[in-house]
Amino acid sequence: MRIVVLVKQVPDTADVRKLDLNTGLLDRDAGEPIVDEINERALEVALRYKDNDKGTEVVVLSMGPENAIKSIRKALSMGADSAVHIVDDSLAGADALLTALALSRALEKTGFDLVIAGNESTDGNGGIVPAMLAERLGVPLLGFLTNVEITETQISGERQNDDGTVNVHAGLPAIMTVTERFDYARFPNFKGIMTAKRKPVETVSLAELGLDAAEISGLNRSTVVSTAERPARAAGTKIEDDGTAAATLVEFLATNRLI
Amino acid sequence: MARMSPYQPPVKDIAFLLEHVVGYPDIAALPGFEHADLDTVVGILEECGNFMAKVVAPTNRAGDKEGARWQPDGSVVTPTGFTEAYQQYVEAGWGSVPLPEEFGGGGFPRTVGLIIQEMMMSANLGFSLCPLLTQGAIEALLHYGDDELKQRYLPKMVTGEWAGTMNLTEPQAGSDVGALTTRAVPQDDGTYAISGQKIFITFGDHDLSKQIVHLVLARTPGAPEGTRGISCFIVPKFLVNDDGSLGERNPVHTVSIEHKMGIHGAPTCVLSYEDATGYLIGEENMGMRIMFVMMNSARLSVGTQGLAVAELAYQQSLEYAKERRQGRAIGATEDSAIIDFPDVRRMLMTQKASIAALRSLMLLNASYVDHSMNEPDESVRKRADEIAGLLTPICKSFGTDLGNELTSLALQIHGGMGYIEETGMAQHVRDVRIAAIYEGTNGIQAADLVGRKLGVRDGASVMEFLASMREIDAQLAEAGDQFTSIRAELTTQLDALEKSTVWMLRTGRTDPNAVLAGSSPYLRMWGLCAGAWLLARAALAAQATGDAEVAETQLVLARFFAEQILPQCSGLLNSAIAGADDLFALDATRL
Repeated sequence: MRIVVLVKQVPDTADVRKLDLNTGLLDRDAGEPIVDEINERALEVALRYKDNDKGTEVVVLSMGPENAIKSIRKALSMGADSAVHIVDDSLAGADALLTALALSRALEKTGFDLVIAGNESTDGNGGIVPAMLAERLGVPLLGFLTNVEITETQISGERQNDDGTVNVHAGLPAIMTVTERFDYARFPNFKGIMTAKRKPVETVSLAELGLDAAEISGLNRSTVVSTAERPARAAGTKIEDDGTAAATLVEFLATNRLI
Repeated sequence: MARMSPYQPPVKDIAFLLEHVVGYPDIAALPGFEHADLDTVVGILEECGNFMAKVVAPTNRAGDKEGARWQPDGSVVTPTGFTEAYQQYVEAGWGSVPLPEEFGGGGFPRTVGLIIQEMMMSANLGFSLCPLLTQGAIEALLHYGDDELKQRYLPKMVTGEWAGTMNLTEPQAGSDVGALTTRAVPQDDGTYAISGQKIFITFGDHDLSKQIVHLVLARTPGAPEGTRGISCFIVPKFLVNDDGSLGERNPVHTVSIEHKMGIHGAPTCVLSYEDATGYLIGEENMGMRIMFVMMNSARLSVGTQGLAVAELAYQQSLEYAKERRQGRAIGATEDSAIIDFPDVRRMLMTQKASIAALRSLMLLNASYVDHSMNEPDESVRKRADEIAGLLTPICKSFGTDLGNELTSLALQIHGGMGYIEETGMAQHVRDVRIAAIYEGTNGIQAADLVGRKLGVRDGASVMEFLASMREIDAQLAEAGDQFTSIRAELTTQLDALEKSTVWMLRTGRTDPNAVLAGSSPYLRMWGLCAGAWLLARAALAAQATGDAEVAETQLVLARFFAEQILPQCSGLLNSAIAGADDLFALDATRL
């Protein structure tokens, strides 16, 4: 069984995260980049399956700048077998549509029985790429799972929503996403770190994925038009109660669509 | 005020020192360390630091509050979280990094192993003692055990699956190890029957591992008196069958555990050996030589404990100083964070600069150990060994004395809250206090420095090292005006150090008591000078990187230390060379 885990290198949520005000792009130099934690949980699902079935192949797929190799190596040191790293200058500022297009081509090239992804990234917060992948690849998506059981032929799990719990299953090949209800990932161990250096990482450009400029410009992409700093916090409004406070409060709540 | 973890591993600081101050790339170039290049090492340290912060550090408070407990059935239970953390530690393989590949280790330099120790010690000092003692037992076996003994015990000790202990001390035999009386009676099958009582045995019993491999110093019948008649034995808690499985329980029992001032998480045991089966390591009467191999490395590790706890305490005191508001600093228009007050800044700068100096010192010592064991040229190995020998008592003593002083400063910054146990600062002060005492008291370290190390090649070894420290003068002269005060102060203080050294060498020949009298202040002079010298090296190297922020930070630390801490050295000169007369002028009845 080949399981592909999607890994994204993102800024640490504990650090200061900034946008470059000129380009509207993430300032990747502000703070230390890390593997998005939800992806580690996704990887842990794959690794546990591999613990029980040693013949399983776990491939890490990541789209990101050159320095994303750091996150890829971490995933390899946790136990993944190999990696595919999509690097291309024209991917700077890629939105979900372009990301999904590039990833889907890479997934077609690599081949998979199961793709495991995080439900949502902490920097883009789109939560939509896995669905776009499923659409492009014509495979089922089991998203926002709280647990999963994987066999050679199918996956089944639960998803929680406001009304209750939904039991879902799909035959393979399929895509699934994990939520924070899944366990924390294992720590990379020392031997894992050493062997990770010898594991193969294939670096591919968009051209090598068979994507040309025409196909990319044909996408109905969203682009950043302008960026501005969040306005400084203004002082709040103080309401003195001279008998009209209740009415003023209701007016305030209504105007701000809070009731 | 919640932090992700009470401990943030200072991997960036460490990486800078490795690359620019202690010459790690030279170590990586030694035969056998091809896989241990700097980038790989930094990557490993980042992951290891993350592990220590996330898995080990959270167990530190429970370790202190609950402490290890002796059970009525004679077993010993460690505090909440210790067994899980230890299991993860074993699975992650961090203990195996600096150990030989032949037995499952990573084959990395001692320098790297010491950094891993520092991070674990910061995260939880009590917990870190278990792997530390195991490492000591491994080293003794590695150097002197026969192949059969090594094959039977080392692989699982290297992974940490089996833990180890060191059994030297007895009620009447502490600093004077030669006074021990534990007996080892040879049996017909080549084993020995070990009987006696050992005290202060760290992690002598616990629930972290299924097997504990005790290393025990004992005396065979008819052996010479004192240290010359000591032999070293392996006494496993469970006998090991030929197939490697654990067999019968050996009669080694925990009589009690101590109620200590600190490191409550570490069970400190009284062990009773009642005709327990022991296996000789090396030859009879080789015990002290075997112990010394382990002791030198253990001394460096203990010096690092001073650094490690100081680092943790500093991080917390810095956080507190940024957040606590009291009064107004000069020129402030609203309440100030106490970090804005000069006296608090002094306490913080003293900690930061001293910690940087200590870390360089420990890593320099470790790097010389690596050179002494791996340089192809024998004369280079010998010289590296001499320097490592000289630095060891300095690292152990200065590191732990500063550990006491700096943790106390960190507590002081917290004001009254520092004195309240719940704040956690008192734990650091209590935990680190033992470091100046065990593994050879700091007084013993000073005696070792003046009595043994100064005498190497009749003083040539130490004078050569002093000269090598002076070489920095030329570089400082060319480095710019901003280095003028550092250069001047370093020269003055090295003069004082040299003067006292010459006095020691001369006086030691005829009046060893006089030399011993001044040994502790003399050792401190060494620590101050070596620390200042290394900080100056760091500042020069930082300037060469071209990174303005790094250059400024290192320059300020070096200058602050050189101008405001280093001058204590010449202040100690008089007491170093005063001799013993006034120490004994009042006899014991008048003291």
